[in-house]
Amino acid sequence: MSMNSEGRPTGLENVEATTTKFESYSGHQGLRLAEPLIYEIGSTELTGVDFEDLEEFDAQLGGVERQSEIGCAGLAEPDVMRHYTRLSRRNYGIDMGVFPLGSCTMKHNPRLNEKIARLPGFSNVHPLQPMSTVQGAIELMEELSTWLTRMTNMPVVALSPKAGAHGELCGVMAMRKAHEAKGDARSVVLCPESAHGTNPATAAFCGYKVKAIPAKDNGRVDMQALIASLDETVAAVMLTNPNTCGLFENEVRQIADAIHDNGSYFYCDGANFNAIAGKVCPGDLGVDAMHFNLHKTFSTPHGGGGPGSGPVVFSDRLKDYVPVPYIVNDAEGKFALKEWLEIEGDTSFGRLTAFHGQMGMYTRALTYMLSHGIDGIKQASEDAVLNANYVQASLKEDMSLAFDSYCMHECLFDDGFLKDTGVTTLDFAKAMIDEGYHPMTMYFPLVVHGAMLVEPTESESKYNLDQFIRSMKGLAAEAKSGNKQRFLAAPYHAPYARLDETLAARKPILRYENNES
Amino acid sequence: MRYLPLSDADRQDMLSTIGASNVDALFSDVPAEFLNAKIDLPTRKTELEVERHMSKLAAKNTAAGSVPFFVGAGAYHHHVPSSVDHLIQRGEFLTAYTPYQPEIAQGTLQVIFEFQTQVAQLTGMDVANASMYDGSTGCAEAIMMARRVTRKKKAILAGNLHPHYREVCLTQTQYTDDELVSQAANPSDPEAELQAVIDAIDDTTSCVLVQNPDVFGNVRDLTAVAEKAHAHKALLVAVFTEVVSLGALKSPGEMGADIVVGEGQSIGNGLNFGGPYVGLFATNQKYVRQMPGRLCGQTVDADGKRGFVLTLSTREQHIRREKATSNICTNSGLCALAFSIHMSLLGEKGIRQLAMVNHKKTLDLKTALNSIEGVEVLNKAFFNEITLRITGDATDVVEKLAKKDIIAGVPGGRLFPNAGLDDHILLAATECVTDDDIAALTAGLKEVL
Repeated sequence: MSMNSEGRPTGLENVEATTTKFESYSGHQGLRLAEPLIYEIGSTELTGVDFEDLEEFDAQLGGVERQSEIGCAGLAEPDVMRHYTRLSRRNYGIDMGVFPLGSCTMKHNPRLNEKIARLPGFSNVHPLQPMSTVQGAIELMEELSTWLTRMTNMPVVALSPKAGAHGELCGVMAMRKAHEAKGDARSVVLCPESAHGTNPATAAFCGYKVKAIPAKDNGRVDMQALIASLDETVAAVMLTNPNTCGLFENEVRQIADAIHDNGSYFYCDGANFNAIAGKVCPGDLGVDAMHFNLHKTFSTPHGGGGPGSGPVVFSDRLKDYVPVPYIVNDAEGKFALKEWLEIEGDTSFGRLTAFHGQMGMYTRALTYMLSHGIDGIKQASEDAVLNANYVQASLKEDMSLAFDSYCMHECLFDDGFLKDTGVTTLDFAKAMIDEGYHPMTMYFPLVVHGAMLVEPTESESKYNLDQFIRSMKGLAAEAKSGNKQRFLAAPYHAPYARLDETLAARKPILRYENNES
Repeated sequence: MRYLPLSDADRQDMLSTIGASNVDALFSDVPAEFLNAKIDLPTRKTELEVERHMSKLAAKNTAAGSVPFFVGAGAYHHHVPSSVDHLIQRGEFLTAYTPYQPEIAQGTLQVIFEFQTQVAQLTGMDVANASMYDGSTGCAEAIMMARRVTRKKKAILAGNLHPHYREVCLTQTQYTDDELVSQAANPSDPEAELQAVIDAIDDTTSCVLVQNPDVFGNVRDLTAVAEKAHAHKALLVAVFTEVVSLGALKSPGEMGADIVVGEGQSIGNGLNFGGPYVGLFATNQKYVRQMPGRLCGQTVDADGKRGFVLTLSTREQHIRREKATSNICTNSGLCALAFSIHMSLLGEKGIRQLAMVNHKKTLDLKTALNSIEGVEVLNKAFFNEITLRITGDATDVVEKLAKKDIIAGVPGGRLFPNAGLDDHILLAATECVTDDDIAALTAGLKEVL
């Protein structure tokens, strides 16, 4: 047995058993702890919350008191702590490592934001308490509005949309309302093929027919095709810029002019604003409405799928059509929220959500903006673009680039380099898990075959990027050398092996059922 | 800049690898005239400076926990156990994305599966989705879903539905095929309001939306509405804004609801001045493929181990694009997690106790207010909300009480402008309300009336 400098054994040559798989009695595997469902460890008799004792009283519940069992399992507090702590350890989050999920934008989540959002003056105020008692909250919304409008050079913002797709709805509804106000009913919205799926879905929900616009070989929207499609039926064009191929639409100003000449509106999907924030103002490019993914660009937690926040900025052409509520100043200069449409003369298209939107996200986003400052936001955009181009340049010999030009904050590869290797895009992505990374976005955008969209963001250091690049080079070389084994059943080192998605869809089990009863 | 890990030397190194002379070269696709626009906004602040600035703003607001507080009407001040907030702040939950890679997202996925089960149990339905933005947007989704199921267009909105919910439904469906019919609010006679709903149902009806307890706090039995709806092949959409009420009341499923939609904020989530909240959405098994939003399903991994994945996404926008069931993309994942943790702490026993404590506080509140001259409590059956009719202008009274640091409730005119409810006040009492709070409100009301 070999010894280290302290005389302790280091070799494992006599301990072959460690490489043999065996089942433990508990189901645990060391620190990889098994965790049943709460229904298998808790009971309807257990609770982790104490309440004051109630004496008998006559309820006034109108004769519809609950008689039947609810069935919800309870756990005492220690077991709740363990249950969720154990579950959390099966998740990959941005705090663990590189999370290059293109178009989804996973960046550092400062804990200062969390602290500020939890100040009782923000977290514990009710949307319907008297406005005189929430002046700070409305002032915060006003300050956030100032940041968003100045960063875009657009005059007004609607804060209330609760997610990016909700923001799209807000923007397109305002456009429709504006057309109606002019007595100019139009029926078609143009969406490039590379658009997020929410864009055509949103247009359809606003009553429009959707017409797709193809992309050119260079990954940009085909401007000739777009202009040829513009006629008096076209209400709006929805464009993502920077687009989903990670490229800036360099003809954007000509596109905007053509849209406006046609009497149409220009919607910009702002999901990728984090590439240009502080560098380029969308208002200067002729945009009429653009949503922010506040939770992406300005770093609020993604929480496994939300909550999001999707404020929308509007141009002069649309500013009269924004939804309620919005901020007004009363005669004494105090802040108030206008919550209802007037009976006459109001052109707002309505209300998008019960209250004022995602205050918890506004707080975090503004905290982030103040921390960065406009200089820091500009630097962050530059670093995001620099990091993406660095990854692209470093890997372009190893993987196949979809478009050989500078990219914005994300770089796009296709599956060309995997041709004839027997390794698919999915296999390659799963092998990245074994390297300790969350895989990139796969199969999107649809215009590129076997797309792999890598977004490192400004949060990554050069050290992290170099390590990531080394892994990607290694995996690419291994796939090309014919070592399929490493990929076909990957991941080998994740908490779970590949999950059967077909089975889940064919025989949906969507809740726990106690099979013993 | 404390959040940016690149040094200037790194940047130079990386630029030379790329072969670009400077960073602006990377932005060469942006027409030069639009690049590096001058933007009039402040530069960076230290962590301490930011805290100071934001704390000042927060201090200008009156927080619910600091004064007697009785505001409800769609959002409720409840106590959230400390462990909930601690657990949702674990980085592996907080900073994870949509579970697109199930092998390394089983934490999120199992939580969603448990959440779906909890919501289905509470509502008395077969299945629930993985959450909506909030209760109001969930209502609009329910209307569109009922149209897909029934292939009929006319949705009837009960008069005592939360007026903001009604507005959201009207806004969101104004360009879809749905036709919405809204009825008049009736705070003093909830039975007549319900009967009006029943009378309005006919063969062209796709669904009826009825809130229970209604926005004025009245509890009612929806069974008769369900029967009439079903007789005309329409769906009953049961709506709630106070999820805690489900711990005390017969479930919407037991009353015959086909879709249940509501706000889950009360469990695990703070008031947050209106958001983020968590929309709950449940239905029966046969309608699962028409349900909007994300779903998590059970399956096995390649080793045969039970695991979970997002499923049935063929209904969603990323597959069906303009034919999608809904354009919803994000959900309220983290809020759903908070809900689920709080529910796991409560369990059946705890949610029943919590509900009864809420009801008892409200009963005490009602008794105290009824003793004041010039105040009439309208509700006979209620859960944790009641509506007063007062002699005087409610907005004025609420504002005067606010000056005394008592946050009394919502003036009827704020929720129902021009509806003749300017002398109504909507109040809620939760477990956070103390006997002293009730005494302070009572004394205050006597003074200002």
